Amino acid sequence: MEYLDLIFQETYKILFLMVPVLVSVAMIVWLDRRVWAFVQKRQGPNVVGPFGLLQSLADALKYIFKEIIIPASSNKIIFILAPIITMTLALIAWAVIPFGVDQVLADINVGILYIFAVSSLGVYGIIMGGWASNSKYPFLGSIRSAAQMVSYEVSIGIIIINVLLCVGSLNLSDIVLAQKDMWFVIPLFPMFVIFFISALAETNRPPFDLPEAEAELVAGYQTEYSGMMYAMFWLGEYANILLMCALGSILFLGGWLSPIELYPFNLIPGTLWLIFKILFLFILFALVKAIVPRYRYDQLMRLGWKIFLPLSLTYVVLTASYLFYFNLLPSN
Amino acid sequence: MIAHAIFFYVFSIIAVVSAVMVTVSKNTVHSVFFLILDFISISCLFIMIGAEFLGMIMLIVYVGAVAVLFLFVVMMLNVAQQKNQWFISKENSNHIPIGLLISVIIFFELIIVIGGWKYKPDLFDQGNLSIVNDVSNTHSLGMVLYTDYIHIFQISGMILLIAMIGAIVLTFRQREGVKKQSYLKQISRERAEGVEVVEVASNRGVKIDD
Repeated sequence: MEYLDLIFQETYKILFLMVPVLVSVAMIVWLDRRVWAFVQKRQGPNVVGPFGLLQSLADALKYIFKEIIIPASSNKIIFILAPIITMTLALIAWAVIPFGVDQVLADINVGILYIFAVSSLGVYGIIMGGWASNSKYPFLGSIRSAAQMVSYEVSIGIIIINVLLCVGSLNLSDIVLAQKDMWFVIPLFPMFVIFFISALAETNRPPFDLPEAEAELVAGYQTEYSGMMYAMFWLGEYANILLMCALGSILFLGGWLSPIELYPFNLIPGTLWLIFKILFLFILFALVKAIVPRYRYDQLMRLGWKIFLPLSLTYVVLTASYLFYFNLLPSN
Repeated sequence: MIAHAIFFYVFSIIAVVSAVMVTVSKNTVHSVFFLILDFISISCLFIMIGAEFLGMIMLIVYVGAVAVLFLFVVMMLNVAQQKNQWFISKENSNHIPIGLLISVIIFFELIIVIGGWKYKPDLFDQGNLSIVNDVSNTHSLGMVLYTDYIHIFQISGMILLIAMIGAIVLTFRQREGVKKQSYLKQISRERAEGVEVVEVASNRGVKIDD
């Protein structure tokens, strides 16, 4: 009976997290297209519902009713598994994101490592999809993405080390609470910029969307997918983007903390602040998509290995020396 | 406790079965996927005994990086249809004695380790590792690695670095006639040298590329 109670409670909590995330993913797709259109002086989706807000819903309906086509020469089990894995991994990472003091599904000690591990597993959905399709464009796309995501994970990992040096804990709530006096975006601003760019590459966003570069590879690893399976790739991708925005706002922008601890700002609940910060980062993502041309593959690799990796490593040394010299290292 | 036991058995069964499947499955890419499943279930076991840092590092390093590169290489081998003779034929079996020898050695090593544990239960207590319960295992791992055994840690890092340099030296070769992109050149191109207005004589054309 106790177990049943526990399972019921946890399921309730999970649903309470998952449904808002999925709804906000749908909304964020709309926002992305609107911002994109706004930059290019177009209207964007504005027909379905007020301001076109229900456009994503209409799209989802369309995807659900479309036929799922599985290529005859594909590896069927892996072909079907790939979008499921992408979607699942993008959603389970949300378990450790803190939305406020004690407002977190799983307050584990190694939260940041958990997010890092899950986002590094995300590459499998793409590789599996590309390989199982058994055709040239998806395979090329998946190979590109394997190299790209592994490369940029390295720099994201080292940037996270920078933040952890200032915090002294791997728990995400501790990371937020350590920014009470000053958000890490101020002392670690160069790292914030590199984190933002690496997050773009990690989530296959333009200008680093080489795995699905439509001008070269049709749609990359998604070429053979149709109907709901394509929609799952899509949802997983956007959930990952939102996750990266949430991670950026937790690591650098002070998570649920309000920017100024003064009267009118205090009234706004912390969760709203976190949502504002995620939206801010996401609008930056969308703007970058609209204004920057796609990178060439060798430029991408050069940026990751020859520029970001040395820069972030140097900054680790700098941060560590600074903290050590001024005796600011977090103790415990 | 029952839930703990159930999870333990589920994860260990998955680990053992997928470890067997790695060697049994015909398709090499499937083997790698089973290997990944094995890694994941082992990291789940790590987390269940309370070593959450090790479990996560296992996921990040082995599943997130090593296995991706593994998969990368295996996929490039074009082994989608590997039902061919190389795997089935009897002639190519001169690697079996060596494989048997190695597996026998590993088997005896395992017996020695497990036997030593069985007959001398205080084997592990004799080291000078003290387990502190009030710090998280990330902290205690860090203390052991970077405070107690810093020299050994650094030496192992050096060995890895040398291995890395060795691998690069072994595979690096200067190739002739490869066109390379020079970023500095591409960025520093000016309009004056990039564009030229040519007066084209009618019916004669112009030679622009030589």
